[in-house]
Amino acid sequence: MSGSGADAAMVLRTTVFSADDLRRAHTRIAHEIVERNRGAADVVLVGLHSRGPAIAARLAAAIAGFEGTEVPVGTLDVTFHRDDVGLRPLHPAGPTVVPVDVTGRVVVLVDDVLFTGRTIRAAMDATTELGRPRSIQLAVLVDRGGRELPIRADFVGRNLPTRLAEDVRVRLVETDEVPEDTIELWGPPETAGEEVEA
Amino acid sequence: MSEFVIRGGEVVDASGRRTADVLVRDGVVAEVGAGLEAADVLDAAGAIVTPGFVDLHTHLREPGDEDAETIETGSRAAALGGYTAVVAMPNTRPPLDDPTVVRAVLAIGTEALCEVVSSGCITRGRAGEALAPMGELHALGVRVFTDDGSCVMSAGLMRRALEYSRGLPGAVVAQHAEDDSMCAGGSMHEGAVSSRLGIPGRPGEAEAIIVARDIRLAALTGARVHFLHLSTAASVDLVRAAKRDGVPVTCEVAPHHFTLTDEACATFDPAFKVHPPLRGAADVEAVRAGLADGTIDAIATDHAPHTPETKERPFEEAPPGMLGLETAAALALTELVEPGILTLEQALAALSWNPARIAGIDDRHGRTVAPGAPANLCVLDPAATWTVDPMALASRAHNTPYAGRTLRGRVRHTVLRGERVVLDGRATR
Amino acid sequence: MKHLLSIADLTRSDLDELLDLAASFLSVTQRETPKVPALRGRTVVSLFFEDSTRTRLSFETAAKRLSADVMVFSVATSSVKKGEGLRDTVATIAAMGIDAVVVRHAAAGAPRRITEWIDASIVNAGDGRHQHPTQALLDAFTITQHRGRDLSGMRVAIVGDVRNSRVARSDVQALSMLGAEVTLVAPPTLLPETLEGWPCSSAVDLDPLLPDLDAVMLLRIQHERDASTRFPSLREYTARYGLTEARARRLRPDALIMHPGPMNRGVEIAAAVADGPQSVIGEQVTNGVAARMAVLWKLLGAGGDVV
Repeated sequence: MSGSGADAAMVLRTTVFSADDLRRAHTRIAHEIVERNRGAADVVLVGLHSRGPAIAARLAAAIAGFEGTEVPVGTLDVTFHRDDVGLRPLHPAGPTVVPVDVTGRVVVLVDDVLFTGRTIRAAMDATTELGRPRSIQLAVLVDRGGRELPIRADFVGRNLPTRLAEDVRVRLVETDEVPEDTIELWGPPETAGEEVEA
Repeated sequence: MSEFVIRGGEVVDASGRRTADVLVRDGVVAEVGAGLEAADVLDAAGAIVTPGFVDLHTHLREPGDEDAETIETGSRAAALGGYTAVVAMPNTRPPLDDPTVVRAVLAIGTEALCEVVSSGCITRGRAGEALAPMGELHALGVRVFTDDGSCVMSAGLMRRALEYSRGLPGAVVAQHAEDDSMCAGGSMHEGAVSSRLGIPGRPGEAEAIIVARDIRLAALTGARVHFLHLSTAASVDLVRAAKRDGVPVTCEVAPHHFTLTDEACATFDPAFKVHPPLRGAADVEAVRAGLADGTIDAIATDHAPHTPETKERPFEEAPPGMLGLETAAALALTELVEPGILTLEQALAALSWNPARIAGIDDRHGRTVAPGAPANLCVLDPAATWTVDPMALASRAHNTPYAGRTLRGRVRHTVLRGERVVLDGRATR
Repeated sequence: MKHLLSIADLTRSDLDELLDLAASFLSVTQRETPKVPALRGRTVVSLFFEDSTRTRLSFETAAKRLSADVMVFSVATSSVKKGEGLRDTVATIAAMGIDAVVVRHAAAGAPRRITEWIDASIVNAGDGRHQHPTQALLDAFTITQHRGRDLSGMRVAIVGDVRNSRVARSDVQALSMLGAEVTLVAPPTLLPETLEGWPCSSAVDLDPLLPDLDAVMLLRIQHERDASTRFPSLREYTARYGLTEARARRLRPDALIMHPGPMNRGVEIAAAVADGPQSVIGEQVTNGVAARMAVLWKLLGAGGDVV
């Protein structure tokens, strides 16, 4: 989905977000979350491993900045809820830690890239095992299309129709040992005859 | 009977080696020399013509465990291995401690593909408590007395057996030397490997203790003692010293004890379970050295068939023993002659004329290939290589520890009393 | 990794991964719904030729918390009692279409032999005196929960019937792999005849070691495996090797007291010590479920060899 496949044959297509773009997108999404929920009192931000926790923390910081509300931030690992167990190597990327009881609250799942929707389905299952939220919402930096389940994001940094052979590469300061954030679209040099997924 | 010539081979026997044809007529060697003619020709080009092998230690399992082996299947395996005589061990059910049972085995053996020589028990039921009717068994031709599978633990009883055997011409008391009280519950050699695997051990000292004791008893009584399947450096040293001192002892080693070590047990495959157990590398070296310097008189197979069902039990619960008849000669050539540990003549002596003498059948087996000798012969191709396939062996059971191993040396023909029981590597019946 | 037969088959990174997984699963087992759908549709069979309610329940709980289907093959009431051989028994089970078999057997190597006969993953739940790898995993996990992953310089004593102990054989390998210095403490008759190849030392006296220990693990005397013929009396054994209250007081306050169970209170460990503040015996049981979840997940879920 993202960040994988350092395939030598892939070439950079376009830069989706610069560091500045990304900062503005975070701010906008944070505002949308507060607007949609009429404040942030009942909101819990839950980041999906591996980059979701960092993004959730940035959103929480932004909300604290303009709204003055400290939103709880949790982390979620969905490995044991995936529907592709046995089909590919799977390893937990980090602990599941949600510091508050989710029952009755609004859980905003946070991830970097939304693609097939399978990770989000697993995340919804994992979340409901922690309690019964009033609602579950979804915030992502990039929606690259290609959905295989009836899932859509509530908050989107950018919609980016992509081909299956393409790769959305997310690099964050906190998780990827880079000097500044970037999100790039990479793909094979020849694209003739390929089907657009989105 | 028939007449045929074994042509083009190199004859090797106790008298030495020479290139010669061997003419066999009416079950005996009629002529040995160059350019012999007969209507029937057995090809021995590139091969060795030698007296048939004699196994001092074969478990034929009949009567009682015919699903593992019968006298017929065991003797076929023997013939394919180049043997013309095997000494049948007494731990059948019922055991060979009674003239009736011995007579039955000998009767069935007359139809076999090798001569079946019956051993007899030292003690009734191999229980180590009272002497078996050794005299009655001797009268039926039994010369080798043993409780094999069990050690005669009582020194007093062993002394009585030895003393009694002095009144039975040609008799030898053969001991399975392992002190039971030190081996109880043990399934493999006691050492670093057994410690790691958590399998209770059978210490080497359990063998050496009995060997030392029985050497003293042989010296005390003047009776002959033969040690079955010796496996440790300490035992070989004891026998070497005893022979130097003139004590009437002989001993044998099984092929697995000069080819395999206890590391094989780490597979937990019961094909590698045997009593006495596979030992460490130093013991393997010592028995090889014992063969080389003549301390060890004979290579004996301890051929011990077991059904697949029993060998599919876990290691500690499976019965001990492994097949040997069809692989022994090839192992001796591959592991002893080829690396230069033994000369070919030494290896053949250990397989044929030495054990024939110990078993008291040297009037008809292991004899020099010369006119008048019974035609019990083996034609061995020392260069032929083959791979051991457990399912292709003639034994009814498949429990060889050498599955998949490629060996050098294969029996081409075996001649029993002038009958070609093995021809071009195939049993003729 | 298809089977777990022995700690000796694991690399350090395998061990680290299993300990990481155990931590993940420990948090799962502490939730209100202590269950994940990870192994939905997989079938795990428990095949215990030797009685052990504790280990069997621990494995079955682990499998159920991963949403696997669990079948229990009860040897006591089965065809095994009617003389069926090991190979036929496991072939019958395999023919039912199963993914893993958890095997306990009184003889060393039985699980390894089974791997040669059927395709399912085999988990060794204790084979004779040989190995009990999930016990070692839970013991290592319990110690690392208190002391961190690197056990370098930590001193652990394993006390008692070592020669008959598959737990000792497994624990020595796992703990030494993590850096701990393990000392086996027992009368010489309860040690293996040689410790060649064991990454540990041995001692015949427990008392001088006590003040320096980070953890002490007591083993049960295995009467069913001839141990009681190897020393004069239980009273003498307890006097020399039992973790009495007096001996426990000589331990450092942060030293962990462990026992793989089942305990003989008053023999190898005093009742008050087993229930005392330094005892982590209860944690071992809790961690056992998480450790076994880790193993089942690693064998059946993480690999991706099903495709």
